[in-house]
Amino acid sequence: MSEQIRGEWPLYEVFVRGKRGLNHVHVGSLHASDDALALRHARDVYTRRNEGVSIWVVRSTDITASSPSEKDPLFAPSGDKVYRHPTFYEIPDNVPHM
Amino acid sequence: MSSAVADHELEAHFDATIEHADRIEPRDWMPDGYRKSLVRQIAQHAHSEIIGMQPEGNWIGRAPSLRRKAILLAKVQDEAGHGLYLYSAAETLGVSRDELTEMLISGKQKYSSIFNYPTLSYTDVGTIGWLVDGAAICNQVPLCRTSFGPYGRAMIRICKEESFHQRQGFELLMTMMRGTDEQRAMVQESVNRFWWPALMMFGPPDEDSTNTEQSMTWGIKTHTNDELRQRFVDMSVPQAKALGVTFPDPELVWNEERGQHDFGQPDWDEFWAVVKGDGPCNAQRIVHRKRAWDEGAWVREAALAFANDSSRKGESA
Repeated sequence: MSEQIRGEWPLYEVFVRGKRGLNHVHVGSLHASDDALALRHARDVYTRRNEGVSIWVVRSTDITASSPSEKDPLFAPSGDKVYRHPTFYEIPDNVPHM
Repeated sequence: MSSAVADHELEAHFDATIEHADRIEPRDWMPDGYRKSLVRQIAQHAHSEIIGMQPEGNWIGRAPSLRRKAILLAKVQDEAGHGLYLYSAAETLGVSRDELTEMLISGKQKYSSIFNYPTLSYTDVGTIGWLVDGAAICNQVPLCRTSFGPYGRAMIRICKEESFHQRQGFELLMTMMRGTDEQRAMVQESVNRFWWPALMMFGPPDEDSTNTEQSMTWGIKTHTNDELRQRFVDMSVPQAKALGVTFPDPELVWNEERGQHDFGQPDWDEFWAVVKGDGPCNAQRIVHRKRAWDEGAWVREAALAFANDSSRKGESA
């Protein structure tokens, strides 16, 4: 109904692949009335100088994010596992290519 | 646990982040004052980019060649882009785009006083690129390391593009300086008009700047207004010499002892008058922005109606 369309255009997050072989990286956000226009706007706002070869747009409300307040418990399981890092292992200097 | 204790811990965590020159991100806890300061500064910055499209946009239809017109179009489009980067950074702090637009149009939020000066000749396009964008670069480069992540990231994008703005302006002026006496006189006249307003872009002197100290404690700003103004003067003097123009300041002289230039103060009464709304173009700028906003309403509504309609039918957009 016309009342419900009076709001702001929804917010989209924009991800750009800088060149082939690289990941898409979050570059910012923008408002658009639908997905197709979000892509057009993203091209105009974020790639005016060949900054990308591919763009993803996603409605901000569709992103599930970890909360900063649970950062410690969420990442705790990896905090005490130093044996996951190569530097945990002592290898003599005379062993090459390792 | 009482919320007072929790707040205390959160604040300690915030302070430690700032102290380590680490970045604050949108969903982190932050003091209300920090959030308010950032909204004020980022919004003012975004509004400046959007209002800044007007003085130069004034000359797109009258650019002297297709090449100059294409350059000016690209530049004004960049200003729009810069405004959008900054609005989206401000929105991560919980303020909506419509609220920001409303606060600009109603005068509750400010924009840079420089854009309340008129562009009287096409030469001003060059002078704005050289001096106004040059001053903006001085202000903005340190902001790339500001403590609020989205603001710093927006500034990095903007700074990459500002260099084109400054160079096209300088090149435009150089071209005119190679022209007739009349063209050279136009450049000098334009520089005379913009020099003092450009110095004002750094804000009031440090002793009169109410926000600077707290902003520096929070890592929002990293240099004072006077430091940046000095840097701008020192950068601009050799550029003016290369161009063959002078600045309208009899006190401007190299100070061997300080290793910097001494220079005169802008007319701060004029600055405050322009900030308070009495500049040459304040009313015109806001009327224009409001008209664009009002006249675009049907487009925004039509696009949403279309989006709602096609999703009801289950069509892919």
